[in-house]
Amino acid sequence: MDEKIQKKLAILSDAAKYDVSCASSGSTRKNTGNGIGNGVAAGICHSFTDDGRCISLFKILMTNHCMYDCAYCVNRRTNDRPRATLSPQEIVDLTIGFYRRNYIEGLFLSSGVIKNPDFTMERMVLTAKKLRAEENFYGYIHLKAIPGASPELIEEAGIWADRLSVNMEIPTEPNLKKLAPEKNYPDIISPMTQIRNSILISKEERRKFRSAKQFAPAGQSTQLIVGATPETDREIILLSSGLYQNQNLKRVYFSGYLPVNDYDKRLPAISRPPLVRENRLYQSDWLMRFYHFKAEEILTEDHPFLDLDVDPKLGYALRNMHLFPVDINKADYEMILRVPGIGVLSAQKIIMARRHRRLTTLTLKELGVVLKRARYFITCNELAAKFSDWDPVRLKRQLVINTHSKYRKSPDTQLELFADFKPVLPTLH
Amino acid sequence: MKIYTYDNSFEGLLTAVFECYRRKDFPVDICARNVQSRHLFLENVDIQTDPQKAERVWNGVQAKMSDANKQLLFYAFLSEEQGIEMKIYRFLRRLFSGYMNLETDYGDLDVMALTQSSQKVKKEAMRIMQFVRFQRAKDGMFFCGIEPKFDVLPLVVTHYQKRFADQRWLIYDLQRNYGVYYDKNKVEEVEISKKQFNAFNGQVKQALLDEGEDFYQKLWCSYFKHINIEERKNLRLQLQHMPRRFWKYLPEKQAGA
Ligand code: SF4
Repeated sequence: MDEKIQKKLAILSDAAKYDVSCASSGSTRKNTGNGIGNGVAAGICHSFTDDGRCISLFKILMTNHCMYDCAYCVNRRTNDRPRATLSPQEIVDLTIGFYRRNYIEGLFLSSGVIKNPDFTMERMVLTAKKLRAEENFYGYIHLKAIPGASPELIEEAGIWADRLSVNMEIPTEPNLKKLAPEKNYPDIISPMTQIRNSILISKEERRKFRSAKQFAPAGQSTQLIVGATPETDREIILLSSGLYQNQNLKRVYFSGYLPVNDYDKRLPAISRPPLVRENRLYQSDWLMRFYHFKAEEILTEDHPFLDLDVDPKLGYALRNMHLFPVDINKADYEMILRVPGIGVLSAQKIIMARRHRRLTTLTLKELGVVLKRARYFITCNELAAKFSDWDPVRLKRQLVINTHSKYRKSPDTQLELFADFKPVLPTLH
Repeated sequence: MKIYTYDNSFEGLLTAVFECYRRKDFPVDICARNVQSRHLFLENVDIQTDPQKAERVWNGVQAKMSDANKQLLFYAFLSEEQGIEMKIYRFLRRLFSGYMNLETDYGDLDVMALTQSSQKVKKEAMRIMQFVRFQRAKDGMFFCGIEPKFDVLPLVVTHYQKRFADQRWLIYDLQRNYGVYYDKNKVEEVEISKKQFNAFNGQVKQALLDEGEDFYQKLWCSYFKHINIEERKNLRLQLQHMPRRFWKYLPEKQAGA
């Protein structure tokens, strides 16, 4: 018995690893005193795998059997690989067993499609319901909505789950049709829209009555595969910024394409996933969400791909040298945020600190500003801008050498050499 | 020129501050009794901790600090950094002289240093929320022995109490030799003299473990291995987020796991 579970767990976690989301943030579910679990708004990472990714949730497929044949997926029906299915009760037991030992923040349940979308979704919803209703579980639950599942099931999923997601995977409709002929865009967009609306309604209701039911209180997310199809970075960024605005998504995840089915000639032949590109996309995403950048400021029509050598914030500064240097003691918050080497927290502290006294480079350093980069773009008390005589091309070379001098210039395959690479939480200074 | 000595507790430090005001002193140093040898030739004023005096100072601090920073000085104190007392003392002098929003004056060396020390302590508390691994004992209690860099168990008690409201648990600080125990009702501080666990890595003696414990640890290790993507291997990043000093407590990082 135990051995059987162990085997299934191995197969189904292996099959679940391609979903990059593991965030447990946004839940404020409060234990009422006799249950197990409690949400922490910021989320907690309990471990980190050898690839450096955070383990926050117990991320598992209910089954890796699938009736579909999506070209980019290991679980497609034509692949000959070990298959397994966990029952809702088995998933509940594993989740609780892990949670009680403080291994995890909760469950992220996804699944291949068996019989039909509704049959699959029903069992996933049942699992979440058991956790909440039978186990008094207040930890985090993220459920994947199976495209094509009925609106009633999606509605119920939102009652038990903290977060729901529908993965878009392929950024444009024609390419999706090519790689996943059995799927279609409306099947993805319509649950997304339904979830958005239900979240809005529930928020509105709860403003009036505290007792109104919550619906996916931690919001909705999606994932896009990068590099399996020829879309440009600009297309991807515009799409994700549209998803944030129109569908109110909490997060758009990017997953560098892993060549799992290299026999399929519809897919590009690559040996390693495009991790630098994926990281640059995350950084751009960060710029839009926390640094008040607009998609059009990050990529222009004539430069539709992100520069792999420099992060997009530095790229922006180099293209817009006329906006710099910025006077740290006078400039407004928005402009300070745009200085390479200054993060959101540092920017906020700068604004507060300069009400007390004029700031010097020493203070900036203590505040966590990366002066090696910032000094070319700022003036402060005793420090005149260092860059006035630099032209952007030379400056870029200087900064790139500064950052990576220890490493030779690395193609994607050498990614572990980049100290600052973080897949899910990119650093942006 | 005087130095003040105290018993190395936060209350003691606050009492010392109280006494400075009462005696109109401005000591050149405030330090714990056992480290006073730094100042062999100075006049020494030894302070007896007085909870009432300490509380009066603390209430004064609470009234003047913003919500987000109410605990700033306590956290900074927990960092056990050498010289932290005088930084706190000078901070309090300015605070009580009526300076507004003092805690955001990052251009001041004391404010900056206290902010950084407090952040270090908060980060350690966060790590204790991340890397505690409970082992279930035969009697149903969940145990974890761990060694925080600073004395942060008190900072994580509420977190664990809310989260594991329906199970008995004990988190034990192996280095400071005390733990917090929750019996589904209340939390108390305990010191264990007869240890049924390994004082180095906190492992409970095999004979006392619940039968299911091994099973869950094995499953967890297997999960840890299979959720990894080999093509993205990045051990540097893993190490950055999960410092090596915690590995000995983590089942998933044991050899043969
Ligand atoms: S439906 Fe999902 S699990 Fe099935 S082949 Fe497509 S991507 Fe894979």
